[in-house]
Amino acid sequence: MAIIDPRHAAKQLIYERIFRAATLSAAILVLLILGGVAISLLRGAWPAVAHFGFSFVTREIWNPVTDEYGALAPIFGTIVTSVIAMLIAVPTGFGIALFLTELCPPLLKRPIGVAVELLAAVPSIIFGIWGLFVLAPVLQRHVQPWLIDHLGDIPAIGDLFKGPPYGIGILTAGVVLAIMVLPFIAATLRDVFDTVPPMLKESGYGLGATTWEVIWHVVVPHSRVGIVGGVMLGLGRALGETMAVTFVIGNAHRISASILAPGTTISSAIANEFTEAVGDLYTSSLIALGLLLFIITFTVIAVAQAMLRRLERRGMSAA
Amino acid sequence: MNRRPLRKFKNGAFLVLSSIATLMGLACLAAILWTLLSHGLAGMSWHLFTEMTPPPGAQGGLLNALYGSAAMTVLGILIGSPIGVLAGTYLAEYGKKSRLSTVIRFINDVLLSAPSIVIGLFIYEIVVVHMGHFSAISGALALAVLAIPVILRTTEDMLNLVPVGMKDSSAALGAYPWRTTLSVLYPAARSGIVTGLLLAIARISGETAPLLFTALNNQFWSTDLNAPIANLPVVIFQFALSPYKDWQDLAWAGALIITVTILILSISARVLLALLQSGRGAGR
Repeated sequence: MAIIDPRHAAKQLIYERIFRAATLSAAILVLLILGGVAISLLRGAWPAVAHFGFSFVTREIWNPVTDEYGALAPIFGTIVTSVIAMLIAVPTGFGIALFLTELCPPLLKRPIGVAVELLAAVPSIIFGIWGLFVLAPVLQRHVQPWLIDHLGDIPAIGDLFKGPPYGIGILTAGVVLAIMVLPFIAATLRDVFDTVPPMLKESGYGLGATTWEVIWHVVVPHSRVGIVGGVMLGLGRALGETMAVTFVIGNAHRISASILAPGTTISSAIANEFTEAVGDLYTSSLIALGLLLFIITFTVIAVAQAMLRRLERRGMSAA
Repeated sequence: MNRRPLRKFKNGAFLVLSSIATLMGLACLAAILWTLLSHGLAGMSWHLFTEMTPPPGAQGGLLNALYGSAAMTVLGILIGSPIGVLAGTYLAEYGKKSRLSTVIRFINDVLLSAPSIVIGLFIYEIVVVHMGHFSAISGALALAVLAIPVILRTTEDMLNLVPVGMKDSSAALGAYPWRTTLSVLYPAARSGIVTGLLLAIARISGETAPLLFTALNNQFWSTDLNAPIANLPVVIFQFALSPYKDWQDLAWAGALIITVTILILSISARVLLALLQSGRGAGR
């Protein structure tokens, strides 16, 4: 290319513009997808929103025969199952992440880390079928009777553990969800803990602190933002998870005080009923549930991402 | 006051608890794999790969479901990967620090963990409602939307790993960025981008929720992209919840096939990535 041919150069410039435009439009398409999701859900949910107004989110009734729908039971189920999942998965994930970053022999670090990540790769339908055929019978036979006998009579919290042990229900869904989000929480927290500069930890050890004291007084305060971000990312997953919950929740549109009772969640109601929904209002109400789920998870995930990003920026400026 | 025993106790308790947590996590993985193997292997036979999904009480296989899943996954990746790779290229090469890129990166990360059932509703609204019926192509589109964020993220990360010197050399030879990207960056980041594709395939091939109301299901053999198509996840869902023993056995066999496929894909992606990183480390 000793001599630059002007025609060649002009052609190159055209290719350059085409390529740049192609990459830019692909990038903008990602924005359009999110916008499209919001707009299409709004449009689909509009008949239900117009018909029921705000009472859609405050009423428990869900009756396809009289065409009356309220989202309170699914919202309640979604929140309660996710809370149960987080109560189990956060401490466990925390333990796994600390084990991997602070305790694990270097030789085992990779295999255990990969095993945890593989648990995250197992599709949710597998958790569902496992939850229904393996976990639910175990809970029904061994765990739930114990809960009913020992906790059912305590005032105040006893109501949570009343009723027959169905096996399937809110508690089982929460446990399956916990196992599902556990690897996400563990992996994110491990990455977060890895951002703590070794110098800080070594200073702690140098002062004679135990491993636990270094973790509690150095690692945790330093990665607070990332911990909250990682936990919220797990929460976002738990709120939106569909198939695993659909298998074990029991699909009952009512709010029970007992966590052993069957219930429903937003996503499982959609999965169970959408293709069988007859009538525009029924379909539209289900899409309105989808819109609610979208708004809730979008908020949670966006906050989580914002916090993780803050940590990343801080990590960069410290490095 | 001697606080040493208390401190040692706390430390010991923590060591034990976090080891137990790790064992619990590993036990869950082992329990799930064990269940799948013990239930699934019993149902493994050649019928699975040669016969269609049966009516209750009859013998049959999963051929139409396997085909439908493979077809929609391939189609989803074919639609999603150019978009993901090009968008990742934009973020890594053209708009590195622009405000638009920051927004896109953020939105992409949100899409990455958005509930897949919502994506299914989105495709239902924009494709199924307009076509008037469920179809394989709408299922493939839903899978493509789920694949794009994974591919975009990996492509951007992998392009950023390419040494700046290589890019500069190409520019010094007078190449425009498009030429540099196609002839230098893509080849250099090839195995990284392939990793992203593998991860995306692993992510979408087990997805059930978005297919429920896009591809639906089909009891018969169908290659028509414009008609409902059988697919493994939805078949597993329906058969597992059915009261028929034959159907439940097929569901377990399908579950084993899907899980083994996905685990192999994720492990290969990880191995590829590890090779890539060690190769790069040695190169420096």
